Amino acid sequence: MLWETIKLAFQAILRNALRSFLTVLGIVIGVAAVIAMVTVGQGSAIQVTADVEKLGSNVLMVMPGQDALEGGPTASVAPPFSLRDNDHIQEQLNAVDLVAPLSMTRSRAVFGNENHRTDVVGTDNRYFSAAKWEVARGRIFEPSELQSGKPVCILGETVRKELFGLADPLGETIRIKSLSCEVIGLLRSKGASTFGSDQDDFVIMPLKAFQRRVAGNSDVSVLFVAVHKDVSTDRAKEEIERLLREMRRIGQGEEDDFTVMDMKQIATMLSGITDILTGLLSAVAAVSLLVGGIGIMNIMLVSVTERTREIGIRLAVGAQAHQVLSQFLVEAIVLSLIGGLIGIVLGLALGLVGANALSVPFTPDPQIVLLAFGFSAAVGVVFGYFPARRAARLNPIDALRHE
Amino acid sequence: MADTPLIQLRGISRIYGSGETEVRALDGVDLTICEGEFVAIMGPSGSGKSTAMNVIGCLDAPTSGEYLFNGVEVDNLTADQRALLRRHYLGFVFQGYNLLPRTSALQNVILPLIYKGLKHSEREALAMQALDKMGLSDRAHHDPSELSGGQQQRVAIARALAGRPKIVLADEPTGNLDTKKSAEIMEVLQNLNRSEGLTIIMVTHEDDMAQYADRLIWMVDGKIERDTPTRKAA
Repeated sequence: MLWETIKLAFQAILRNALRSFLTVLGIVIGVAAVIAMVTVGQGSAIQVTADVEKLGSNVLMVMPGQDALEGGPTASVAPPFSLRDNDHIQEQLNAVDLVAPLSMTRSRAVFGNENHRTDVVGTDNRYFSAAKWEVARGRIFEPSELQSGKPVCILGETVRKELFGLADPLGETIRIKSLSCEVIGLLRSKGASTFGSDQDDFVIMPLKAFQRRVAGNSDVSVLFVAVHKDVSTDRAKEEIERLLREMRRIGQGEEDDFTVMDMKQIATMLSGITDILTGLLSAVAAVSLLVGGIGIMNIMLVSVTERTREIGIRLAVGAQAHQVLSQFLVEAIVLSLIGGLIGIVLGLALGLVGANALSVPFTPDPQIVLLAFGFSAAVGVVFGYFPARRAARLNPIDALRHE
Repeated sequence: MADTPLIQLRGISRIYGSGETEVRALDGVDLTICEGEFVAIMGPSGSGKSTAMNVIGCLDAPTSGEYLFNGVEVDNLTADQRALLRRHYLGFVFQGYNLLPRTSALQNVILPLIYKGLKHSEREALAMQALDKMGLSDRAHHDPSELSGGQQQRVAIARALAGRPKIVLADEPTGNLDTKKSAEIMEVLQNLNRSEGLTIIMVTHEDDMAQYADRLIWMVDGKIERDTPTRKAA
C-alpha cells in the first residue's frame, strides 16, 4: 500500500503541475537565499580573521591624540611624535623588538606620461622587518641614504604596475610633488586586505627625505611597534603607555594625549563590522525564507477547496481517511524534498559565486543548510498536510460540497 | 431475491444546527429497500431527498435512528469501516459528476479500484470494460474538461460500476443534462437494473426520469409522504 500511496502522490503532483511548481519554487527561494547569504557572510568573517592574523598579532600602533569619543586631546591638538620619541621607546623598553617611525601623506607620483595617486610614506629600514615586507627586487635603504635624507624610493607592487607597466623601474627616477627620487627597490605584493583596500599601493622613502622635501616638518605620525615574541601585547601596551605619559609629562588624573592600538582591537572592530554584515545578510535571508513560506502557504490554502473536494471524491469511492492523508503527506514531503534539494544546490552555487566575487573563502555551514531546509520543508508539510487532515475528518458529503 | 432487505431505515432523523435555527432534513424516516429494486426518490426542494440518499450512502451520518445495511448496524461502524462499506458495496453518481479534474476518464474510473486493492493490469481492464459499456472507450484518455456533460456523467457511472457494487446511488444524475442525454443515461441505469439485478436508488425532481424506476418515494419536509410503484410498474 505504501508503494501505491507514493504512486498516487506522484500522480497528484504531476496532475497539479502548476501548484506543485509554485510550491517547489517557494521552498527553493527560501532555502537558496538563506544558504547563499549566510555562506557569503561567514566567508567574509573568516577572511577578516585570517587577514588580521596575517598582519601580525604582535604589532602595536601608536598615534598622537585620541578619538574624540574617548575624551582626551584629539590628534589636531596633541603634540606630534618625533624620531627621538620613537628611538627612546625602542631603547627603553625590553618588551619591544623594533619601533619604526612612520610619516605619510597622499600625493601624486609621476613617471613620464604616467601618474598615480598613492600613499607616500617616510620611514626607515625597521619598518620592513616590523611589518614583514619583503623586497622582490633591488634593495632596502643604505644607512647613508637614511642619514642624509637622500631622495630614493621603494615601490609597492601597485605603484610599479601603474607607473611602469612592463618596463624595469630600477634606476629610473619618479617625481613626487617637486621631489625627484630614484627607484632602488620593489616590494613583494601582499594583495588586497579584507575590505578591498590595496596594501601594495604606496611608495616608501627615507624618513628624513620625506620630512624635509615632502612634508616640510620633522613630525612622525605613527610609531609602528613590533612586540617581543615572548611578551603579550597587553603588557607591551601598558609599558608604552606608562613611558609615553612620562615622556610627554602627563600629570596624574590627566587623559592620555595619544592612542596605542593593538591588532586585537583592530580585529575586534573589523569582526564587529562583519558581524553586522552577517546579521544584515541573515535578516534579508530570513525575510526571503518567510516570503517563500508565505508563498507556499498561499498556494496550499488557495487550493484547499479543490483539494477538499478531491478528498471528498476519494472518500466517496471508498478511501479511508488515513489512506488519503498519507497520500497528501507523501505529496507534501516529496515537493519539500525536491524544493529543498534544488534550493541547497542553488544556494551553494550562489554562495560559491558570491564568495569568489568578494574573494572570501567558501565555507558552507551544514547547520544553516539544515535549518533553511527544515524550515521550508516544515512550512510545506504543515500547510500541505493540515488542511488535508481537516478535510479528511469531515463527513464525505461535506468535503464533496465544500465551496 | 427481491425480498431480501438490503437497506432498512428505522426512525432516521438528520438535524442540522440547533435551537432556533434547527433544520430537520430527515424527520423519523422508515424505509426498506430490497436487493434488485430501482427506487426513485422525489420531492420538493428541501424535502430531504438528497439527505436521505447521503445517509443511505454512508456519506453522512444520521442524528438519530437505526440504519441496517445488509443486516449490519451502520451507526456502530467507525468512519474507516463505513469507507470499506462504500468501497465494496456502493457506487455513486452525482449531479455535478465529481470527477477529478485534469485526470483522464480512465484514471477516474480506476480510482475506486485502487482502493479496492486490485492489481494494476486488472484495474485497467475493468475500467476499460466499464467505459466500453458506457460507449466511451474512445474517450478513455480525455480529461473531464474535454468531455461533454453527458459524457462526463457516463464516466461517473462507469466509475460507480467499475467496482461491481451492490447498489448505485444516483443524486439527480440528469440534473445538468438535456432531455435526450437524460433519456440515454436513464436507459443505461434501467438496463443495469434489469440485466444485472443492480439495486439503484435515484433522487430526481423530474417525473419523466422517475418513471424509469419501479418504485417511487415521495418526500415532504423530511418525511416520506407516499411510497408507491411507478405508473409503469403498476
